Parts: sequence; structure tokens; C-alpha cells
Amino acid sequence: MVPLQWYLVLSAAIFCVGLYAVLARRNAIVILMGIELMLNAVNINLLAFWRYTQPEAAVGQAFAAFVYAVAAAEVAVGLALIVSIYRNRETVDVDEINLLKW
Amino acid sequence: MTVQQVLFFLFGAIALGAAIGMVTARKVFHAALWMLLAFFGVAGLYVLLEAPFFAAAQLFVYMGAIGVLIIYAIMLTRGMMRQRLPRVNDQWWFAGLLAAVLLVVLVWLVWQHPWATTTAAAPEDSLNRLGLTLVDPEGFALPFEVASVLLVMALIGAVTIVRER
Amino acid sequence: MESLSRFLAFLADAIVNIGDWIRGLLLGAGLADPWVSLIMKAIGAIVVAFFPLMVVIFLIWAYRKVAARMQGRLGPNSSGTWAGPYGILQTFADAIKMLTKEDIRPQGIDKIPYNLAPILVVFASIATWAVMPFGPKLIGTDLNIGIFYILAFSSAALVVFLMAGWSSNNKYATVGAFRSVAQLIGYEIPQLLAVLTVVMVTGSLRMQEIVGQQKIPLLFQLPVTAFIFFLASMAEVNARPFELLEAESELVCGYFIEYSGMKFGMFYLGEFMNSTAVAALFATLFLGGWRGPWVEQAPIMGTIWFLVKMALMLLVWMLIQITLPRLRIDQMLAFNWKFLVPLALANLCIIGLVNKGITEWFPGGVSAWTRAGILLMANVGIFLATWGILAALERREQRRREAWRAAQVGEVEVSA
Repeated sequence: MVPLQWYLVLSAAIFCVGLYAVLARRNAIVILMGIELMLNAVNINLLAFWRYTQPEAAVGQAFAAFVYAVAAAEVAVGLALIVSIYRNRETVDVDEINLLKW
Repeated sequence: MTVQQVLFFLFGAIALGAAIGMVTARKVFHAALWMLLAFFGVAGLYVLLEAPFFAAAQLFVYMGAIGVLIIYAIMLTRGMMRQRLPRVNDQWWFAGLLAAVLLVVLVWLVWQHPWATTTAAAPEDSLNRLGLTLVDPEGFALPFEVASVLLVMALIGAVTIVRER
Repeated sequence: MESLSRFLAFLADAIVNIGDWIRGLLLGAGLADPWVSLIMKAIGAIVVAFFPLMVVIFLIWAYRKVAARMQGRLGPNSSGTWAGPYGILQTFADAIKMLTKEDIRPQGIDKIPYNLAPILVVFASIATWAVMPFGPKLIGTDLNIGIFYILAFSSAALVVFLMAGWSSNNKYATVGAFRSVAQLIGYEIPQLLAVLTVVMVTGSLRMQEIVGQQKIPLLFQLPVTAFIFFLASMAEVNARPFELLEAESELVCGYFIEYSGMKFGMFYLGEFMNSTAVAALFATLFLGGWRGPWVEQAPIMGTIWFLVKMALMLLVWMLIQITLPRLRIDQMLAFNWKFLVPLALANLCIIGLVNKGITEWFPGGVSAWTRAGILLMANVGIFLATWGILAALERREQRRREAWRAAQVGEVEVSA
């Protein structure tokens, strides 16, 4: 049997890689991909906790299902925003999208 | 080392390696392909966690829907490919440091905490239980409905945002 | 006589018996039990993976033969070069030709995705066969999410088209890929809703359970659902009325235009394998899969029924594909979003209500025939309502057209 800690460490690593993508990359689409990666890491955690602490209750699975719904909604709206910004400003580089910056 | 542990390392290496490939990829399209590979690795991990429904949902939602949407967005913004820009912004070293520190802290937390795990097998009908919990008024019926409203709102919102006026 | 009856008993469940015989042979050779199980699983996987390939070799020949007959030609035959009786070996000749052709790599391609795409296409369509029930006991693995697994793989396979189209560095390929995915994602929704209706009525995602519930084939219980599923899956495998992915006159060949040699062959193969898989899925979901007379006495009959039903669906697929011309992309997308999706949604709601109503109104349970009759009546109702709405819309459209024409005529007269 795989110990729970392995899953947690792996998901922490994937989460940090996603975090790096969000903070450091310039292309807004890659940033969105980083967010998806982070959500995936969260899902690994939720399912691992479900499997290793309370396999008879379905709470962990239910939360993972909600993460799916939220991820789908987020990516649809996020990409719509990116495409809309690209139409107006001809760029998806987040360093150049700074109209609201004070 | 048991078969499960070998498979864990295999799928974990696929997921993590592909994630790193995604972050370091030069072309956005390659980043998307790496991301899809990472999703596939995570689906393998779900199979190991005895959640086959989520493995299939991972293929369905993340690869079939989200991955395709992202590749569409890459095509719609393909003017970005002509510009030769650096991949990362000025604060990349700070972001890397932050991610590394967070990783160290998380790993330390995970290892020093005594996790009260159970070795009980996952019930045969865990999928049925999930279904019943999601529609149970005592369980998650309200969040479930809210999630469906959220999806409809996202659908309408996305269409409204990108519609050409 | 004794040996004949033993032979018949062996034949009655031939595939399972052959499996048992190999298992006995391996155990007799002194192998440990877990290894024997592993070897048996590997053999099973190879057999399941080769089955669609074998079917496709025959299917390509049959398709060319049927198409030729319908167009007043001869099709593959042995009149020029020998290719077996009725040209049945033509496909092998084609395969050899493709293998020996030059593998052209255009400039500026994205090497890894370009070379990976043809492999993944075939992989994705073979993977769906793992949960297809060939007989009462013959199934790769009876997953508890069976049908969802198939849909998940066919959905994830969409990415491969994008990979192929994008990495080819060709605008026709890219446009073809993006068109195709727009079409396939759209048609996935009614397909999914139709499958959901089936799952609701049978009460399981497990393939064997879905087959087991069909004392009366679901085609006669849910004809509207079967119709939606059929149209959506025609579009999924891009058969002729929906054949926009290839659209030879507009997009030359679609997303695999730049592929040559066996890589092109893999795409060709993957397409035929997908249509085989869809035919098998329709046979399982709506025609009762392996169910049929004499299955109890001789389980091998189950496999034969399954193959017969699958062949029937493939024949229908061929006839439609050969007869009909192609639609335009806007017509296709409008047909999906304005007709199929609303119909599938309404169908799902009504069948769900009726199905729940049957369980609520008859607490003692009803016979399969009564349930089927009530469901069929609900379907007739859905059909009539759809017909009525479509006819009303058509009348309104016609009135508008006439009014417009009248206005045009009036203007002309005034200006004259």
C-alpha cells in the first residue's frame, strides 16, 4: 500500500509547480494552465484523504466533484476574458495588460 | 516494493515531470500538451486511489473539455507566437523562491504530522454513495444545485464576454 | 456419437472453453497461479485489441464493395491482379502498399506531436473495446463505470486531432482540426444526453448490467433516444452527411492532409475502428448486445448475435454514408445546437419523469412489457410534439418568405 504522505508530497510538488507558472509566466493562457494544475493537486489531496481516512463516507469525493465543476466554469470564463482582451489589445502578455494598475 | 508503489512512482513521475515540462516549455502549444500529459498522470493516480469514476472524469473534463478549450484559446491568440518574448517576467526568481519555500514547508508539515490513516478497503459501492450524497438534502443537494447554476452562469458569461458587438 | 456431443458441448461455449484449456495447459506446465492469471489477462487484452483490427480489415473491403454496387461499379475484385475471391484480400494489398510507401515529413512540423498523433488515434479507439461485452461472460473488464469510460476515451481523443492538425504546419490541416473538434464537441453533448437516458432507464453504468436489463431491446423502448444517439454518433465518426472533418473539396483532407504512408494509414484505420466501436456501442445500448435466442444453451450464440447486430449497424452506416451528400458547417452546427441538443434535453427530462413515475405509481413493480409500453408511449408523445413544433416553425418561415416576396414584387411595381 502506498503511504498517504507520498500522495501529499506529490500533490504539494505539483501545486508548487502550478504556483510558479501562475507567478512567473507572462502568457495569460499558461497562467490559466497553472491554475488548472493547482486545482488538480488539490483534487489529488481530496481523494487521497477520502481514501485513507474515511473511505466509507463520500465527502471527499463530493468535494472533488465540485472542484471539477468549478474548474470547468473557471476555465470557460477565464479563456473568454483572455480572448476578449486579445481582441482589444492584441496581446495576452499579463505584463502589458496593466490598464487598471495604479 | 509492491506493484502499487511502482505504479505510483510511474504516474507520479509522469504527472510531476509533465508539470515541470509545462512550466518550462517555450511554445504555448507545447505547454498545453505537457499539461494534458500531466492530467493523464493524475488520472492514473486516481485509479490507484480506487476512484475510477474520477479517473474517467479527469479524461473527460480535463483532457476532453478543458484541454481542448485551452488549445482553442491558443489558436485564437496565435498572434502571440510571432513575438519573441521572454517566457517569464522580471520577478521569476522571487516566484521560484516562493514556490520552493512553500514546497519545503508543505513537505515538512506532511512528514512531521502523524496522519491517522485507515487501511480499510474502499467500499464496492463508493460511486453509489457519492451519487446519493450529492442529491441528499442532508448532504450536498444544495451545493450540487449551486454548482449547476454556476456552470450555467459561466456558460452565459463566457458567451457574453466574447460576443462581437 | 459420444465425441460429437462432447465437441458440440465444447463448441457451445467455445471461447471460454479455449481460455480454460490454455489456463489448464499453463498450470500443467508448472507455472504459479498469479503468473498464469497475468498471462491469461495479457492474452485476453491482445485478443480484444486485435478484434477491432480484424473487423476493420473486413469492413474496409465490405465498404468498398457496397459503395461500388450502389454506384454501379464492381469494386475490389480479382479481374486484373489476383486479390482473393471477390477481392477480399484487397485490404491486405493496400496495407502492404502503405507500409512500403515513403514516409514524407514536411518542413516546419512539430516532430513529437506529429509522430505521436497517429499512434494515439489508434490507441484511443482500441481502448474503448476493453469494456465492450462480447458475450455473457466475455468482456475485457466489467468496470463499474463502463459506458462512462468509453465516452471519456472518445472525448479525450479529440485532443489528438488538434495535435495532428496543429503540428502539421499547414493551414488546411489546422482549419480542418479546429472545425472537426468544434463539430465533435458539439455532437458529444446529445450523445452524452442519450447515453444518460439509457443509464437512467437501465439504472447502471456497467455494460453487462445495461445488456442484462434489456429483456426488450431499448430501441423499442426509447426510439427517440436511439435516434439521437445514432445521429450524434454518425457525426462523431464523421460519416458522410456530417463528413466535414475531411470535406475533400473544401479542406482537401482535413487534419491529416500532411500525413503519408502508414501514418496516413493509421488515421484511416482509426476512423474505421471508431465507426466499428460506435456500431458495437449502439448494438450494446439499444439492440440488446449479446442477448438473443439460444444464448442460454450455447453462450457462443451471444457473441454471434453481438456480431450480427454490429454488422447490421455497420451496414446502415454504410448505406447512409454512400447515399447522402455533405452538409455545410453552419448547417451542421445549427442542426446540433438548435435541434439535437434541445430534443435530447427534453427527451432526458420526460423519460426521467416517466421512468420515475412508473416506479412511484406501481409500488409492486411492473412487468418489463408494461414499462416498455409506457416508455414507448412517452416516446411517441415526444415524437409528435417535435413534429408539431417543427411543422409550425416551417409554416411561420414560409409565411415570412411569402410576405418578403410580396413586398419585393410591390416595390418593383412602384419603381416601374
